[in-house]
Amino acid sequence: MATVTFDHASRLYPGTEKPAVDGLNLEIADGEFLVLVGPSGCGKSTSLRMLAGLEDVNAGRILIGDRDVTDVPPKDRDIAMVFQNYALYPHMSVADNMGFALKIAGVSKEERAERVREAAKLLDLEEYLDRKPKALSGGQRQRVAMGRAIVRNPQVFLMDEPLSNLDAKLRVQTRTQIASLTRRLGVTTVYVTHDQVEAMTMGDRVAVLKDGVLQQVDTPRALYDRPANVFVAGFIGSPAMNLLELPVTDGGVQFGGMTYPVPRDLLGEAHGSTVTLGVRPEDLERAEDNHGLAVFVDVVEELGADAYVYGHTEFDGKRYEITGRVDGRTPPVAGSTVYVRPKEGHVHLFDTQTGLRLGEHAPGTPEASVEDLNVPVEAGKTAD
Amino acid sequence: MEDVGEKLVQVVIALAIFAAIIALIMLLVDRAPKTFRDKATIIGFLAPAVVLLAIGLIWPAIQTTYLAFTDRNGSPNGMDNFVWMFTQPEALVTLRNTLLWVVLVPLMSTGIGLAYAVFIDRARGEKALKALVFMPMAISMVGAGVIWKFMYTYRGAEREQIGLLNQILVWFGGEPKQFLLDAPENTFFLIAVMVWIQTGFAMVILSAAIKGIPTEIVEAARLDGANGRQQFFSITVPSIRGALIVVVTTITIGTLKVFDIVRTMTAGNFETSVVANEMYTQAFRASEPGRGAALALILFLMVLPIVLYNARQLKKQREIR
Repeated sequence: MATVTFDHASRLYPGTEKPAVDGLNLEIADGEFLVLVGPSGCGKSTSLRMLAGLEDVNAGRILIGDRDVTDVPPKDRDIAMVFQNYALYPHMSVADNMGFALKIAGVSKEERAERVREAAKLLDLEEYLDRKPKALSGGQRQRVAMGRAIVRNPQVFLMDEPLSNLDAKLRVQTRTQIASLTRRLGVTTVYVTHDQVEAMTMGDRVAVLKDGVLQQVDTPRALYDRPANVFVAGFIGSPAMNLLELPVTDGGVQFGGMTYPVPRDLLGEAHGSTVTLGVRPEDLERAEDNHGLAVFVDVVEELGADAYVYGHTEFDGKRYEITGRVDGRTPPVAGSTVYVRPKEGHVHLFDTQTGLRLGEHAPGTPEASVEDLNVPVEAGKTAD
Repeated sequence: MEDVGEKLVQVVIALAIFAAIIALIMLLVDRAPKTFRDKATIIGFLAPAVVLLAIGLIWPAIQTTYLAFTDRNGSPNGMDNFVWMFTQPEALVTLRNTLLWVVLVPLMSTGIGLAYAVFIDRARGEKALKALVFMPMAISMVGAGVIWKFMYTYRGAEREQIGLLNQILVWFGGEPKQFLLDAPENTFFLIAVMVWIQTGFAMVILSAAIKGIPTEIVEAARLDGANGRQQFFSITVPSIRGALIVVVTTITIGTLKVFDIVRTMTAGNFETSVVANEMYTQAFRASEPGRGAALALILFLMVLPIVLYNARQLKKQREIR
């Protein structure tokens, strides 16, 4: 068990100008389950592979516990990794796959068999120990890959999108199993995914990356309630948050036919004459007096209890897609126009130019954004 | 020129006859009654190949088998030819040499080829390094034999050496050596030529197989703590097992049939003969077609199990994947 620290770690692939991971600072507490999430090419897998030792670190340091492992080969880092396509050895049985690392480490045959059996029991794999990976289902292979990591009893688990090859139902099941298993074992885990639902449900904390730069790291609840910038706001949450560029008026912002009140000092932080207002679909309500933003309804998705309304609106010559969640019993009709407004106190305001959240930091120091929030949380004490 | 024109006309006529036969078969198949049509199609398309195989391969095989039990006048002589083969010293040398070839060439070619493929994998200038070793594959065995005969050429110590190897010996203060005359080591110098040719083949196939190993598996092994040697024996070799078997068996079959190198370099003299060369010598030089046929039969029986093993292994490999 150990902490993991990324200290200004960067990775620049040869022949490219822009780093794949740019000065990553991250502190992961002992026993914490940290999720790295972001769109394709954001550097999340590269970060994980740097920690594994499969990628060079071109600048900065990586520490496991108090040990600087920046230049330590993978085999000496005391980590175990679960790969996206499992990377099981096709010519070895399940038992040999799980025991390979122990065999290399010179563990006796009896102890090896014992530890493999324990892990197999934990993962419900006992009856498959003699099979080759080819003869297993996708879910079983995934469990073998987990077992291979568990058997080693490492300081840190690294998981690179381990659920992306499973079907939807199995993914949800396995998601909970992995989260509870790693917590039970108390092993520090770094988990990479592009699926923000996985990130939100599994992580003690979630680190959001984009273009190799850490955007925000926080508990799932905090990410949802207080996204640090426009990107995080749009990335976390499904359906995505509505983001509108609205003109600043006296005492607020112009939200269609109404003025949404905003404290003056907050507006003072913004550069330019507009601010970006974000409001989640569930935080939009119908303005019965037609005193709000006129939205033309394109599609209505009825889910039973709720209905999602997908529509659009236009102002200042720009078109915005708007998503709203309404009561399933009284949805608007596609083709009609409805007036909406945000629920009081449920909006997120961002500087249109810098994209940063207003009211978080003193104006003119956008650089300070991420580091302030980068405080490790004790595992298990977070809101799930 | 007239000759060429005549040949061209012959080719055209042959092609026309071929096309006509195929057209006829297709027509007949098409006209076959419906209930019979599937079978007719299969037979129609299979028959020409089977007939040609029978004429070109199966009948000669039967004839050779018969011939193996006859003497130089064509009258049956029972097992005499085989008795000769396994008792006469000169014939036994041939069998011993073939055994040496069959053991050493596949082992060394595959070993060297595999080592080379592993070492240059992802190295700088990999393609050029590969081309260098693969080049001998493009040379015919007769050509290789001639080239290496020059390499091994011997001139008396008092004269200027023209063979590279002897010149090197002289430079290092040694006596020039009769590489191709001194038995039994001369067989090994012939074997070196075959290894030189086959290493390129082994290297290219094995290199492609190594590149086919998924990166994640190698990375997983690195994380599992395997060092270079352990990765090689626990991951690389098992992963390319299929390619290894194909390479070893292909080279073995090629080696069993080796003829050109021996023929061009020593003509089988000085105790260097191998089965294929002796077969030729007996059948066409010594007017002993029965002995030649018996040697051919033995050669066939030696190749057969390797071919069968190869086919079975390929089937097994498919089951793992």
